[in-house]
Amino acid sequence: MTSAVSITNAGVRLGGRDILREVNAEIAPGEFVGVFGPNGAGKSTLMKCILGLTPLCSGTISIFGEPPGRANNTIGYLPQSRASLEGTALTARSLVSAVEGGNRWGLPWNTRAARAEVERAIELAGTEECADRPFSVLSGGEKQRVALAQALLGKPRLLILDEPLASLDPRNQMRMVECIAKIKATTGATILFIAHDVNPLLGVMDRVIYIAGGGAVIGSTDEIISSAVLSKLYGTEINVVRAEGKIFIVAAEGNVTEAAHHD
Amino acid sequence: MIEQIHYYLSYDFVRNALIAGTLAAILGAVVGYFVVIRKVSFAAHSLAHIGFTGATGAVLFALSPLEGMLIISAAAGLMMGAYGNRLQRSDMAIGMTLSICLGVGTLFLAVSKGFAGQATAILFGNIFGVSHHQIIQTLILSAMSLGTLLFFSRKLLFASVQPDLAEARGISLSTLAVVFMVILAISVTLASQVVGILLVFTLIIGPAGIATRFCRNFWSGLITSVAIGLFAVWTGILLACITSWPPSFWITTILFVLYLINETMCRLIFRME
Repeated sequence: MTSAVSITNAGVRLGGRDILREVNAEIAPGEFVGVFGPNGAGKSTLMKCILGLTPLCSGTISIFGEPPGRANNTIGYLPQSRASLEGTALTARSLVSAVEGGNRWGLPWNTRAARAEVERAIELAGTEECADRPFSVLSGGEKQRVALAQALLGKPRLLILDEPLASLDPRNQMRMVECIAKIKATTGATILFIAHDVNPLLGVMDRVIYIAGGGAVIGSTDEIISSAVLSKLYGTEINVVRAEGKIFIVAAEGNVTEAAHHD
Repeated sequence: MIEQIHYYLSYDFVRNALIAGTLAAILGAVVGYFVVIRKVSFAAHSLAHIGFTGATGAVLFALSPLEGMLIISAAAGLMMGAYGNRLQRSDMAIGMTLSICLGVGTLFLAVSKGFAGQATAILFGNIFGVSHHQIIQTLILSAMSLGTLLFFSRKLLFASVQPDLAEARGISLSTLAVVFMVILAISVTLASQVVGILLVFTLIIGPAGIATRFCRNFWSGLITSVAIGLFAVWTGILLACITSWPPSFWITTILFVLYLINETMCRLIFRME
C-alpha cells in the first residue's frame, strides 16, 4: 500500500538559510498526525512543500505516490491566513460555493451536483447553523469552520490543517478537534494537523511530527514528546513534564513553556 | 415627461451619451464587484489618475486621449499585477507612482500648450462630447474586457475569497492578478470617458460597494451592482438634460445618496444580527 505522504531526506533552503534538513517521514493512509514545534521552525514550510508550493533543495516528497503539486485535487488545505471580507454581506454558504469547482474556467455557476457537494462539506464541517449568515459577522470559531468546509470540497484524501486552533478559546478548540476527529472517522482521510499545544490533540492523534532546530522527528506521542528526544532536537535541555493527564514542555533554562505559547 | 425624454433622445449627443454611459456602467459594475472583494480600490483609483498622464501626453505622440490613457494605464495595471499583492495593497508605492504620473501629466499639458478646457474634460468627463467613433471603440473594448473577465470569473472569485487554498489547488495567483489589473485599467479608462478621471471611482466602486453591503451571494451582488450602475447613469444623464448641470455631478450625487441610505440601513440590520 502506498503511503499517503512519504518524505525522504527532504531539505528546504529559503533566502540562503537552511530551514529544514534531512526530514524523513512515512504517513499511512488514514493516519491523524499532529505537527508541532516553535514558531518559525518550518511547520508551514513543510506543508507548503507537500503542496508543491515551495520547492525542496534536496530529497523527495510523494503524496499517494505522486510528486507534490500533481495530486493537489486530492488534498484539502486549511491555510493559516484568514479570509477577510469585512463590510460585505456574502454568506458563509456563498463563500463555500465560490470555492467549489473554483479551478474551472467560465462563470461561477454551480450545477445541482456541485450544490450538493457544497451542502455535504458544510454539514461535515458543522457549519449548517451559520451558513446563511454573512461571513463577516461570524465568530472566529465559525469562520474557521467555514474555511474547513472549503477545504473539504472535492472529497480530499489528505487534509492539511495549518493551525486551525489559533486564537480560539478552549471550548471552541475542543469542538474543532472533535469535528476533525469525526471527519477522519467518516471520510477516512489522512490528517496533518499543525498546532501549538500538544494537549488538545492527545486523545485523537495517532502520531506526532515535532519540528525544531531545522530537523524533524516522527513517532508516537510518548516516544517523541520526551525530554531526551526534544533536548536532542532543540540542542538544549528540555524537560517534558506530565501532570494531570496533560503534557508540559519546559526549557530547563528559564521558564518558557511551549504549552503557554499562544501568540 | 415622456414627451420631454423623446425630445432629448432626438439629439445625437444624448443618444451617444446614453450608449457610452450604459457600456461604462455595466463594465464598471462587474469589474467593480471584483475590485471590492479583492480590496484593490485604491489601485483602481490611482489607475485613473495615472491615465491622466497618458491622456495629456497622447497629443505629443499624435494619439487620441483615449488611446494614450489606455496604453499608460494598461501598462501600470500590468506592473501592479506582476508585482503582486504587495504592490497592489501598498498605499505608499501606489501613492508615489500616482503623484509622479500626475506631475508628468501636468508637464505634458504645458508642453503641448493644452487648454485648461482639455484638462477639465479629461478630469471631469465629457459624456455629451462622445463621438460615434468613440462609441465603437468603447463597445469593442468593453465587449473584449467583459468577455475575458467572465471567462476568468470563476477562478478569480475563488482566488479572491480564499487565495492560499486557490494557490494550493494549482491556480496561478499572479497570472490572475495581471489579467485582472489590465481589465481594470481598461474599465477605468472607459469609465473616465463618462464621469472623468477624478470621478471614475464612483462608477467602479459605487455600485459594487453598495451591492456587496447587502447582497448575500455572488450573483445577486453582481446583478444588483449592474442595476445600480445603470440607474445612476441613466437618471444622471436625464437630470443633466433637464437641468443642464454636468452629468458627472448628477451621477456621483445619485450614487452618493444611494450609498448613504444603504450604509444607514446596513448599520441598522447588522446591529440586529
